[in-house]
Amino acid sequence: MKLGLPEGPDSIGGIIKICILAVGGQGGGVLSGWVTDVAQRSGWHVQSTSVAGVAQRTGATIYYVEMMPRDPARPNDFPVLSLSPSPGDVDILIAAELAEAGRAVLRGFVTPERTALIVSNHRMLAVSEKIVPGDGRADSETVIRRAGEAARRIVHFDMETLARQAGSVISASLFGALAGSGELPFPREAFEATVSSGGKGARASLAAFALAYDRAAGVPAAATTDVVEEAKGEHGTVIPPRFAQAWQALLRRTAALPQPVRDMADPGLRKVVDFLDLAYGEEYLSQVERIAATDTEAEGFAFSREAAKYIANAMVYDDIIRVADLKTRSARGDRVRREVHLGDSQTLATTEYFHPRMEELCGVLPAGLGAAIEARPKLMKTLNRFVDRGRRIRTDTIHGFGMLWVIGGLRRFRRRLLRHKVEAAHMREWLALAETERAGNYALGVEVLKCRRLIKGYSDTHVRGHSKFDRVLACLSLLKGRTDAADWLRRLREAALADADGVMLDGAIKTVRSFAEAPAANVS
Amino acid sequence: MAERSFAKEVKKLKLGAGEEFTGEGILAITKALLQCGVGYVGGYQGAPISHLMDVLADAQEILGELGVHFEASASEATATAMLAASVHYPIRGAATFKSTVGTNVASDALANLASGGVTGGALIIVGEDYGEGSSIMQERSHAFAMKSQVWLLDPRPNLPSIVAAVEHGFELSEASNTPVMLQVRIRCCHVHGSFVAKDNQRPAMTVADALENPRRDTQRIVLPPASFLHEKEKISKRLPAAIDYIKRHKLNETFGGSGKVGIVMQGGMYNGVIRALQRLGLADAYGDTEVPLHVLNVTYPLVEDDLVGFCADKDAVLVIEEGQPDYLEQALGAMLYKAAATVRLEGKGVLPMAGEYTGQVMLDGIGAFLRQHASDMLAPEVRAPNVPAPPLYDDLAKTVPARPPGFCIGCPERPIFAATKLVEQELGNHHIASDIGCHLFSIMPPFELGATTMGYGLGPASASAFNSPDAKRRSISFVGDGGFWHNGLTSSIGNAVFNKNDGVIVVVDNYYSAATGGQDILSSRATNRTKSTRHPITEAIKGMGVNWVRHIERTYDVGAMRAALKEALTTDEKGPKVIVASSECMLNRQRREAPLKAKAAAEGKRMVRTKFGVDEDVCTGDHACMRLSGCPSLTVKHLDDPLRDDPVAAIDESCVGCGNCGEVADAAVLCPSFYQADVVSNPTGWDRFRFNLRQGVISALQHWRERRRPVFGEQAA
Repeated sequence: MKLGLPEGPDSIGGIIKICILAVGGQGGGVLSGWVTDVAQRSGWHVQSTSVAGVAQRTGATIYYVEMMPRDPARPNDFPVLSLSPSPGDVDILIAAELAEAGRAVLRGFVTPERTALIVSNHRMLAVSEKIVPGDGRADSETVIRRAGEAARRIVHFDMETLARQAGSVISASLFGALAGSGELPFPREAFEATVSSGGKGARASLAAFALAYDRAAGVPAAATTDVVEEAKGEHGTVIPPRFAQAWQALLRRTAALPQPVRDMADPGLRKVVDFLDLAYGEEYLSQVERIAATDTEAEGFAFSREAAKYIANAMVYDDIIRVADLKTRSARGDRVRREVHLGDSQTLATTEYFHPRMEELCGVLPAGLGAAIEARPKLMKTLNRFVDRGRRIRTDTIHGFGMLWVIGGLRRFRRRLLRHKVEAAHMREWLALAETERAGNYALGVEVLKCRRLIKGYSDTHVRGHSKFDRVLACLSLLKGRTDAADWLRRLREAALADADGVMLDGAIKTVRSFAEAPAANVS
Repeated sequence: MAERSFAKEVKKLKLGAGEEFTGEGILAITKALLQCGVGYVGGYQGAPISHLMDVLADAQEILGELGVHFEASASEATATAMLAASVHYPIRGAATFKSTVGTNVASDALANLASGGVTGGALIIVGEDYGEGSSIMQERSHAFAMKSQVWLLDPRPNLPSIVAAVEHGFELSEASNTPVMLQVRIRCCHVHGSFVAKDNQRPAMTVADALENPRRDTQRIVLPPASFLHEKEKISKRLPAAIDYIKRHKLNETFGGSGKVGIVMQGGMYNGVIRALQRLGLADAYGDTEVPLHVLNVTYPLVEDDLVGFCADKDAVLVIEEGQPDYLEQALGAMLYKAAATVRLEGKGVLPMAGEYTGQVMLDGIGAFLRQHASDMLAPEVRAPNVPAPPLYDDLAKTVPARPPGFCIGCPERPIFAATKLVEQELGNHHIASDIGCHLFSIMPPFELGATTMGYGLGPASASAFNSPDAKRRSISFVGDGGFWHNGLTSSIGNAVFNKNDGVIVVVDNYYSAATGGQDILSSRATNRTKSTRHPITEAIKGMGVNWVRHIERTYDVGAMRAALKEALTTDEKGPKVIVASSECMLNRQRREAPLKAKAAAEGKRMVRTKFGVDEDVCTGDHACMRLSGCPSLTVKHLDDPLRDDPVAAIDESCVGCGNCGEVADAAVLCPSFYQADVVSNPTGWDRFRFNLRQGVISALQHWRERRRPVFGEQAA
């Protein structure tokens, strides 16, 4: 009996084991069908399996193929092949998405002695990554680094974008990458014959196959086949002549700021001027300059840098006027047309989903009137009956667009409106608090500034954001005098961003209370 | 059938003697049924046997030619009861379903069928959904075979073996007057392989023949005193006949050399065992091995003398039996004890008692067994492996997100649960009972709704205890249209009416049995050539005696859905409140519409394509919309703006324009970032005129303003 080396790649007569990990709906079934077909076409023994069923619905799915050349000495025998992959026993692992490659490594399907890892390094975010109020995305770098360490070799590039460029889907580019990697001893023509036999969409599939083949085979990409980032639609800055002088003066002022501050002040200035007018930009810069003047290089100007960032964000609050303004710009129209790939012979209708309430409406009333209404809950409730409902506005019609255009034009009256007064007062308080804390503890001052990140969203979400902001900053009194106060404030903020309902924040506050109310041990 | 065509597969069913069949395991079984002269086939869809049903449903022409009756049964109980046609008539019949869920439902019929016994071969093909990726609770079909005294085949997982098992299954059934269960695991059903086909056989007696010549035999009916005799007959006549057949036709196989240790296994475990032996250096690619193997292609009944004989000259024997309890090991232990054998019996000691026998489990278990009892067979490096522990990658484990299955892009069930979540935000949390089907994904993030699932069509039934005049809150229960017709109408709706249950029941109607592959059911809206469809669920519910019924014809209308739920939870009306929420399964709708759209486009017809988008400068990156969606096409992206900390919402190219985003943003008062874009291809002259006119005015307004203010690149906004 012919027995090979135990547990080595050759122990069982050159069976090649291929495992495919995909996200349900990515066409992993098509790919495993192609892999099976190319082996069959080449006269090999091949067996493929999958666990189809409900797991296909957007969840992680796995396909498995084993293949082996025919032994001329045993023409009628079929090898006994396994129906599922085993850790440490996979020759080629194809992952149709980056996190799935990470999952393959964790499951032991990628090992340094054996496995060639072919992975599209784009991301399809899992639900858990998207529902975090902050940034819940997994760190791609960790996955690529670990996958590279775990594999015998790794072939990775964005096969999703590449497939899309060819008008095809990722199964075609993954198949191209497999062929181009040279891990299977079949000629390119065999792979292409498999793709061609698919019928419908074969041409686009072949194009995607070819692009990925070249990338994986290390063929220098021709200029036309380069993966180009989608055009950003940068319209550049256009300043009407009558504002040019004042604008140049503002730019000169940001240029005079220390570099770290300027990095934020430049976009910050554009943001606030865009929101209201040049005078607003002047207001912004005055604040930033005042803060930067008392800042120190020893701390890398961290405080004034964060101030430049978050003051701009605070000054540019999200009111109905801003939304209407943003939605009626020509740049926005261009972006929508680009996103839907509007052809020359096509027409387009756009519908905006609005749901304003009395609160938002009061915000755009003159401060006195708005405040007077808000002070009368009954009146608010009555009026809200007429206001509080979903409004679908067609911004491709003259009427719908015109209405938003007019609202957008209210921009110049903002300084007199209720929302502006409220936001300005809130900003003043927050800034004063940050500056006070900075006086005692520089890092803590910086962290107070950063808490501005908690305020975002509209209506209820906005209210919740505000309440988190208040609750985090309310802990300042508990942290008073502690050397690690800044670190704790950072932790509280991160906890607030971890979930929507504030469960993590509750826990973090409890922890802070537990040590703050205990006899002080860490107080300097 | 969602207009999905299985024409390619149907062609394979026509292959004649000597031709090579290539394809999936479950399709091989379908072909084998026709080769065996089956007279009728019934079943209930579900992975991994849906394909058998789907292909036969499309193979009416062949079935008609052969005189084979095919039925998409209302439930697994129906399918099994259908096998009653083989009780008095020598007609071969087959029923198929997912196990063990289907077997549980079928039990009543199975027990009665097994009691009276059969004349024609009766084959029950159970698609075993066990282990990784399974969508059901983990149990063993083996228990059903034992308690009902039907024979259980568990063939080696390759096409020739499973085709042979179908052939032997019918003959064994006829030889022993006993129904036979053929167990095929999920990977075996989906394994791609080949076998040499035979000609299809016309049944010796068709159901038409039987109808024309009715027969009866009181002795075969389950009523005393016949039923008492049946039990004795099972042991005195049918069991010996079965064992005789199994031995004569060598259904169980023995492989390997004449070593001092052996392995006894379920047939389905064979490939996994060989792979482990290959990796231990004890088998070659073709499965030739030094280790004696006894493969039980029939796992019930066991052939005692074969097994005792196999063990006779061995020092130790390992039983490889997936799942628990360890029926085979217990039985073999008893046999060996009675035979005063001295062989060491190993099984669930070196192998785990519960869980799937994956490659690693097999390698570890068989390796441990051999190291202990036959270490001389192993190469030194295998005997005492010196392999460094694999790296742990803690950081990676923390990084890689879990990815459970969820609602598809554009799923019409998503807005139902978004509405439910909004109602709960308003009225507080409720006890929610879930059911089997896609809608069970509601228990996962982002919705996290639903406390239990008790079986198909049993969602409302599982909330029946929660009916108390002392509570101010009502229970909410869900049931899908599939479950509704399977069992829900009587067990859930009827029960709620009869017991004056005050709870709220939501029937999720997506026009198909969607989770099992989009098969038609009574309330499907499609015209089906061979089935009667378009029976409204609302009519059935009213007929059952429910007075409070609301029908939401478009589930994407989150506002209407929320209002209906709120009304149901707060109305003074007594008795069950039933909301039927209807919208077509998006997966099937896309499948149905794609060819129509392609055709219309080719003909230059006016067509509207809807897609949703997010204004990235309006979005503040709070992700509240995601927490009411979880749609794969609604994702986040990083903006190249140093002033922004958090990624903003973005809708990718896969959006099908279902409208959930916009509706939710409106109903939950989230934000004005979403827009709907309707692109009109091949617009009419009027379309174009209007568009150009509007664009002209809009452009003029835009430029008027943009000439009067500083304009920065988009990114600055």
